[in-house]
Amino acid sequence: MGVKIESYNKLGLRYSEIGKNEMSESSAPEVVRVEALRVVYGSKIAIDDINISFKRSNITAIIGPSGCGKSTLLRSINRMNDLIPAASVSGRVYFNGVDIYSKDVDPVYIRSRIGMVFQRPNPFPFSIFDNVAFGLRVNGFKLTKDELYNKVKDALVKAALWDEVKDRLDNHAYSLSGGQQQRLCIARALAVDPEVLLLDEPTVSLDPISTARIESLLRSIKDEYTIIIVTHNMLQAARVSDYTAVMMPDDDMVGRIIEFGETRGIFTNPRDKRTEDYISGRIG
Amino acid sequence: MGDQILAQYSRRMRFRKILDKVLPLILSVAVFIAVATVFSVLFTTIMTGWHRLSLNLILNYPSANPNEAGMRSAILGSIYTVGLSALICIPLSIATAIYLVEYSRGGRLASILSYNISNLAGVPSVIFGVVGLGFLAYWLGMGRTIITGAFTLAILILPLVTVTCVEALKTIPDDLRLGAYALGATTFQVVRRVVLPRALPMMLTGGILGISRALGEAAPILIVSGLLFIRDDPTSLFSRFTVIPLQLFNWVSRPQPAFIELSSAGIIVLLIILFALNGLTIALRQVLARRAEWA
Amino acid sequence: MTATIQHEALRKAIQRKRIQDRFFHITFLSATFVSTISLIVIYVTLGLESFNFFAHVSIVEFLTSTKWTVLFADKNFGVLPLLNATVMTSLIAIAVAGPLGVMIALFLSEYVSSTTRSVVKPVVETLAGIPTVVYGYFALYFITPNLLRTLWTNIQIHNALAVGLMIGILIIPIVASISDDAMKAVPADLRLAAYAVGSRKSDVALRVVFPAALSGVSASIILAFARAMGETMIAAIAGGFRSVLTFNIGEAMETMTAYIAQVATGDAPHGTIEYQSLFAVGLFLLLITAVLNYIGIKVVKRWAIRY
Repeated sequence: MGVKIESYNKLGLRYSEIGKNEMSESSAPEVVRVEALRVVYGSKIAIDDINISFKRSNITAIIGPSGCGKSTLLRSINRMNDLIPAASVSGRVYFNGVDIYSKDVDPVYIRSRIGMVFQRPNPFPFSIFDNVAFGLRVNGFKLTKDELYNKVKDALVKAALWDEVKDRLDNHAYSLSGGQQQRLCIARALAVDPEVLLLDEPTVSLDPISTARIESLLRSIKDEYTIIIVTHNMLQAARVSDYTAVMMPDDDMVGRIIEFGETRGIFTNPRDKRTEDYISGRIG
Repeated sequence: MGDQILAQYSRRMRFRKILDKVLPLILSVAVFIAVATVFSVLFTTIMTGWHRLSLNLILNYPSANPNEAGMRSAILGSIYTVGLSALICIPLSIATAIYLVEYSRGGRLASILSYNISNLAGVPSVIFGVVGLGFLAYWLGMGRTIITGAFTLAILILPLVTVTCVEALKTIPDDLRLGAYALGATTFQVVRRVVLPRALPMMLTGGILGISRALGEAAPILIVSGLLFIRDDPTSLFSRFTVIPLQLFNWVSRPQPAFIELSSAGIIVLLIILFALNGLTIALRQVLARRAEWA
Repeated sequence: MTATIQHEALRKAIQRKRIQDRFFHITFLSATFVSTISLIVIYVTLGLESFNFFAHVSIVEFLTSTKWTVLFADKNFGVLPLLNATVMTSLIAIAVAGPLGVMIALFLSEYVSSTTRSVVKPVVETLAGIPTVVYGYFALYFITPNLLRTLWTNIQIHNALAVGLMIGILIIPIVASISDDAMKAVPADLRLAAYAVGSRKSDVALRVVFPAALSGVSASIILAFARAMGETMIAAIAGGFRSVLTFNIGEAMETMTAYIAQVATGDAPHGTIEYQSLFAVGLFLLLITAVLNYIGIKVVKRWAIRY
């Protein structure tokens, strides 16, 4: 075997690693489409002029420096911004072709179809089992005990947590480590069979090993879901995502998407100068 | 010239040095006065009344003969009125707190309503008695009865209990709420399944605080009920009644020393009840702390 | 196919829980209105009965006459003696509680460890938890005969001084706790900055923390004063039911609250002028305390914004 010559980009990543997940059929249906979105907190415009779409069976990463409105964009997709009294949203967000901000759409329905995982693990103060069963219970699924157990088990398996907790489902969720707690939160979100999974910097409070586990679990489940992950860890975006959107605040600190495309393209051949500066560490 | 300034400076420094040493002593004297007052009130009461403590005091009806007099009717009156007022007030307070913290999430209507709660808290307790008499007893025709007393006390302690309930809800981290909302829970589901189970012990602490306050209130009940000599047990919520602090007021107002001792003994009983309730809140707080270890 | 059935079930379940949520939303909102409605009922009841009272009594007489003899055959309706007694006893109370409360607050916020604090604070707060009947009794049978009589031999058995002293003890926790909150709200860097220019601990306490917390401290005093004016049982037991206009704090005098208690202990049939006078005096007291509370809360808010 001769020495294999590999090329590295500026981050020291091997090119072959970036976006290494085989791109699912590029004709994958578009599940979420955002058009001309603007979110205002009080009198301050947080994000403006957001146009982007997210495809099924793909992971899309949203990256950018802190304060650029990544999380705000994410929260607009499942109407979590409704819970902030000062926030107002204009523009359109289509979920399977339906504008989720139109009057006859119930945010509760949207949130049960679009799951979300937060920065810090936030398991409920109940047992592991009850945490995963929570969404099934609040959404009024009429399930027998066995069905409930199976759904909980499926979710925990998908979240790569089952083997670690199968003997202690009745233990308090807070007895788990931080990384396990975050996977529990992913299981909790998956248990209600969402179509879309939103992750808001899910590994920011975790150690590298826990982070790697979550990244690999995301890759393993991506075929069934539309996954959108906010991160300011560029390596993470490069490792897990198929598409990447780069957000950047403009001079008025209004967050905008400056570049969107296949992850490999963004990292190897950014079109926007600011993207290049950002991923090479000159800003952010 | 320079020496003079230096001397002046060092004199000032000496004064400041002494002040620095003395100030905590002066301040602790204030604490001492407060604490000493608590103890001297307790001490003199116990010294005056302890030999009058007996089962008669609890089991007998009031009497003109101090050796037989007890406060049975007052104790029953207190249990009925304060118990009923807690049943009215605690659910109202919890519901109010849930609306203010969970549903309104800082809306304009909520800020007006909560401003009125703090206004209600500033109304002197005797006024509640006057209005209880005028509005409940006469205008609504409820009479000067247990139920009128209970409603009067319930509204009197409503702000206090509500504020503790609001505090209790505010201790629940928002993370948990967001997590539940993100799974498609309604506000009510968030409250019932996530927030309330954690906040309830602290809310009950607030309830007990309200009960203690209501148990000690004499003025509003004096106005609502009058100063009565009651020699039978209350038969319904529409019975006339008296309460422990009023019975004490009655005894205190008599010139014979035996009744003064009797009122001291009655105060001991009342204080024992209040301290027991206080102990209950401390126990609840410990349960709370143990739960918090999980967080 | 199963997916659509599931979706239909989900929609139905959401509809159900929406109705449940709506129901509780309205229930909880109604509960929240109870306080506001109570406040309205309080003002309307006092207002309407006072209206009946002032149909017989001129407001000018009420506010200027120096005699209050409503319970006698020869009736005079001047509230000044009652107001005077209320103000006198409350001023004495503040003279006690103001300095003591502020000193306790300064001690707790600047000088003690959090362990000591967690022991001392509940004991101080016990002062507000003791039923006021007990204080009245203590004032009448212990403070006056044992303490005041030895210093002031011809003080009356019922007197304003003992009432004021005991109310003062009662309201110490109000002053201490609000002042303490204000002092704790003083930012730590202010203290550090003072130490950095060579201040001693006493300088920091007296020249930095106390002035910075001054508006909170004054608010605490205003609120405590309002509380003192509303105190009933101490005044009724230890102050006597003698409504004369006097400035001698060694004499018995009847506060507004004590008058209300006096009417209640006696017999004032519904509809008589005596009965109506309860509401007129009550309304007058409520308006004064409401103004004080309003000012107090305003001051608290002002200070809260600053940091």
